[in-house]
Amino acid sequence: MAVTADRVEALGVEERRRGWVDVTWEFCRKRPLGAMGAAVVLLNLLVAVAANVLAPYDPVTTDYAAMLAAPSRAHWLGTDAFGRDVLSRIIYGSRTAMLVGFSCAFVGATLGAVIGVTSAYFGGKVDLFIQRFMDIFLAFPLIILALAVVAILGTGISNVILAITIPMIPRAALVARSSALAIREMPYIDAARASGFRHHRIVLRHMLPNVMASYLIMLTAFLGQAILLEASLSFLGLGVAEPVAAWGLMLRGAAVQFAESAPWMALFPGLAISLAVFAFNLFGDSLRDALDPRLRTQ
Amino acid sequence: MRRLSGLVIAVLALVCALPAAAQEKPRYGGELVFVVPSNPPSFDAHREETFGTIHPIAPHYNTLLRTDPHDKTGTKVAPDLAESWTISKDGRTYTLKLRHGVKFHDGSEFTSKDAKASYDKIIFPAAGVASNRKGEYQDVEAIQAPDPYTIVFRLKWPSASFLNSLASPWNWIYKADILSQDMRWYETHVMGTGPFIFVEHVKGSHWVGKKNPNYWDKGKPYLDGYRAIFITDSAAQVAAVRGERAMIQFRGFAPSERDSLVQALGNKITVQESPWNCLILIAMNHEKKPWDDKRVRRALTLALDRYQGSAALSKIAIVKEVGGVQVPGTIFATPPAELEKLAGYSHDINKARAEARRLLKEAGVPDGFSFVYKNRGVPMPYEPVGVWLIDQWRQIGLNVRQEVVEAAAYYGQVLRPGNFDVAADFQCGYTVEPDLDLYKFTSKDKNAANYSRYTDAVLDELYEKQGKAVEAEERKKYIREFEKRLLDDEVHYIYTLQWHRIIPHSSRVKGWMITPSHYLNQQLDAVWLSE
Amino acid sequence: MLRYIVKRVLLMIPTLIGVAVLIFFLMRVVPGDVVELRFAGESAFASKENLAIERARLGLDQPLWKQFVTWMTGIMRFDFGTSMWTGSPISEEIRLRFALSLQLSIMATIVAVLLAIPLGVLAALKQDTWVDYAVRIFSIAGLSMPSFWLGIVFILGLLIVFKWLPPMVYTPFWVSPVQNLAQLIWPALAVGYRYSAVATRMTRSAMLEVLREDYIRTARAKGLWQNLILSRHALKNAMLPVLTVIALEFAFLMGGLVVTEQVFNLNGLGMLFVESVAHRDYTLTQALVLLVAFVFIFVNFAVDLAYAWIDPRIRFR
Repeated sequence: MAVTADRVEALGVEERRRGWVDVTWEFCRKRPLGAMGAAVVLLNLLVAVAANVLAPYDPVTTDYAAMLAAPSRAHWLGTDAFGRDVLSRIIYGSRTAMLVGFSCAFVGATLGAVIGVTSAYFGGKVDLFIQRFMDIFLAFPLIILALAVVAILGTGISNVILAITIPMIPRAALVARSSALAIREMPYIDAARASGFRHHRIVLRHMLPNVMASYLIMLTAFLGQAILLEASLSFLGLGVAEPVAAWGLMLRGAAVQFAESAPWMALFPGLAISLAVFAFNLFGDSLRDALDPRLRTQ
Repeated sequence: MRRLSGLVIAVLALVCALPAAAQEKPRYGGELVFVVPSNPPSFDAHREETFGTIHPIAPHYNTLLRTDPHDKTGTKVAPDLAESWTISKDGRTYTLKLRHGVKFHDGSEFTSKDAKASYDKIIFPAAGVASNRKGEYQDVEAIQAPDPYTIVFRLKWPSASFLNSLASPWNWIYKADILSQDMRWYETHVMGTGPFIFVEHVKGSHWVGKKNPNYWDKGKPYLDGYRAIFITDSAAQVAAVRGERAMIQFRGFAPSERDSLVQALGNKITVQESPWNCLILIAMNHEKKPWDDKRVRRALTLALDRYQGSAALSKIAIVKEVGGVQVPGTIFATPPAELEKLAGYSHDINKARAEARRLLKEAGVPDGFSFVYKNRGVPMPYEPVGVWLIDQWRQIGLNVRQEVVEAAAYYGQVLRPGNFDVAADFQCGYTVEPDLDLYKFTSKDKNAANYSRYTDAVLDELYEKQGKAVEAEERKKYIREFEKRLLDDEVHYIYTLQWHRIIPHSSRVKGWMITPSHYLNQQLDAVWLSE
Repeated sequence: MLRYIVKRVLLMIPTLIGVAVLIFFLMRVVPGDVVELRFAGESAFASKENLAIERARLGLDQPLWKQFVTWMTGIMRFDFGTSMWTGSPISEEIRLRFALSLQLSIMATIVAVLLAIPLGVLAALKQDTWVDYAVRIFSIAGLSMPSFWLGIVFILGLLIVFKWLPPMVYTPFWVSPVQNLAQLIWPALAVGYRYSAVATRMTRSAMLEVLREDYIRTARAKGLWQNLILSRHALKNAMLPVLTVIALEFAFLMGGLVVTEQVFNLNGLGMLFVESVAHRDYTLTQALVLLVAFVFIFVNFAVDLAYAWIDPRIRFR
């Protein structure tokens, strides 16, 4: 996974305290690409929340009279092999995508950060042990984990989330650990230790917030990756089950068979995935630039 | 099959009367390149159950009998290594005369010793040897080889289907000397009497065979050789045929794939289609409520608009024909007029669905009742059929959720332990034969594949009766009774649409005839390539 | 340095053992086994005695710890056994697929490097201009498209526009370079484009950092030819993090291209993974996982060595 790359980026210098409006405004002004990404992400979330209001049709109702219909006024993006409205399925599919994206990214990045920071904080044998343990999962092929989870637990959204989240944890832990190592040596952590605070308090209250920058970067990177992975797993038949509306699911089977005669079936869900992931990545990319002082414009 | 007992009939070697389509004179030469959608597990067909073993490897072998390569129903038994056969008066002794002058690829002579050793391996395996097909030959008492060119099968009871069993495409004839040294040699090696000699196998990539110049059937094979390419992804398979990197794929393509090939290549593509002796069945677990109530089961079948489903699904999936317990177009198939009388087969769908709702109400199943339909993780055609079923059941007020279980775990986790309410089940045979096709529906204490988990003595008796019925008409009668009880009176199982096999292939490929089974007709001895 | 190497090699062993334990037990938790699949699948005529006979033959009736010990002792002697599904030696199953995956990974990495380094440098030099934006949009777009989707578009494009399809069967490079490249160049392009995104980003970041170092500013002020500075000073320092990214991605590609292999019909390790798990082929899956884990660990090790070689302080951490 690409995120392992982040280990070489040491982060963690504190942002000056300013009002969030100022920060947001400056971000938008200086990083138009990132702002665009953020806007698309927000739009996506809105669509997901309001899917039942926005969608013109029920996403699972089949209509054999309108099978494989080309885009028209009745069906703006056409219909699929069962006569289901593609637009409605994309709108409802954004729910699945956002659910999978946010839960995987949040759980993966958070658990990873906690483990990474803990490992860095304690150092020594604990660190060595946790690192070896994480190494095992890092070296373990992603696809095997996904196949095993599906074989043991079956398909379905929650299992897909599990299959995607597990491999994210060690990657997040790696990044968080290297950021935390830099902070660990700072005087105020020593001070906190000297004042006899409990370990978990120091880790949670002092170290975690300072790993926030790398945490946010990971979170945004994971969001896009989770959505893509869900699509790939669905394509391999390891994802969400029909007739639930999900983008990856819309791209498999009939969409491939009819790629030429009914290209809208594959085109629009593919665009939806690409656009959503693109927005997340664009936002994440700019967020990195903003949070990493070494990359700021002079 | 046609019953021949009571008479002693000598059947001479059939000089294959070529059908009209193949009147052109076969041309020699060329390499047939075909796609195999799956990799062979081991090379020993006696122990495998996949076409992935048959398609690339069958051309290296012969069987004792086979189905006529030019018979579209795939039921007509023809000679292969045995040139003729006789059946005793009591129908319990089958005597086969073997061909003279047949050579294995290593040059040794084929005799009855080899035939006996091969069948012993299948029916009477030595201790510690697993045989996958032993259960199919429970009726065999003994195999004898009285002289080098005769082999005799003695049965415990007369069996209507035994001749077809001898034509099974799985029962390749191996060399006795090799088997006596190592029963498992054939799992990783090839050595037969077939029309093609093994050349090369690259794991996961391709399999190559070349013409056997000393083949016993003089003048055959026509091809210089063949090359089987393993391609698992269906889009890549279509691309291979379309990009003319392969000429044919013998299992079958989806209708959309046929259309795109025809559109792209025009008359360079020839399409052969046939009903397929495979179908998705719906098992309803009789040990769970409310599926113990036949009114509820009947409601499920009444909800299906099979005719509209056939019209719609046949555009997107490999299913088409509406049929009963035998493949439409074959000898024991249900005539349409009788079929319509079965529950769920009527053309008046509104009436049927009203009846279904009434039955559900009567059985105390509330409107909006929710259950899980377990489906097998195989995309085509399980997925489209699943989506169709759920929608059909929604229309009688049932709220069905689909749970897809990984293909490999499906039988062990869902069907065998009875871990389901309603689930997809599957039936697929190498030849259309009531004995083989109906065995699955006998009571659960008689066969382990009864996943609806019922006991029905009446059904068992009908099964026995049809199996021993001498006259075809009599057998038909019992099969119809069996069918009515299975699908209408009791609704133990639900038949969905018959699979539909579609082979769009390069027009250069000649001499190959589609049958209702993708296991049949893969020796390739009669196949040739035009200019 | 030697001490450091020895220490790092020793640290690899517990990780590999951990991977071995994990995959061994994970496969046993997954429902079903190879015997059940072969002898009790769809057939209505399955028999229980077959299952017992075959399980005994494959040693699946032994207690788990015994099976594990047998497997591990085999590995110590570099004997991975035979595939439970096909009966052929594991080495025979893996050899050709490994060659294909290795070649594809190398080619994709080359494509990624050829795209990433010039684009990353360009974006850094023109930071926050439209050039920078265009480069970032181009590279992030690659990262955002589902790889199978891109693959299908590639294949359909070739078929419809050029009425030509890449060869479907792998020919080793030394047998026919033309056939070989005609097949692998397309997936290499698709994968390489996708994986250039992260490397482009790293190149850009590293360049930005380096451009800010004092001596570069001085050099710029002195009016030296910009390209010369870039190649001499900046790039050399920027190489290390970029190298890390590329190396790790290379390791990932070795077993991770399942979907790409499927779409382009490549006979590589990724598809073999899927098949071996689907067949519950314990021996093959275990060997594959160990192989891919070893590649990953080894590449990490090599990267660490490179760091240690360049920055001696690391050796003493």
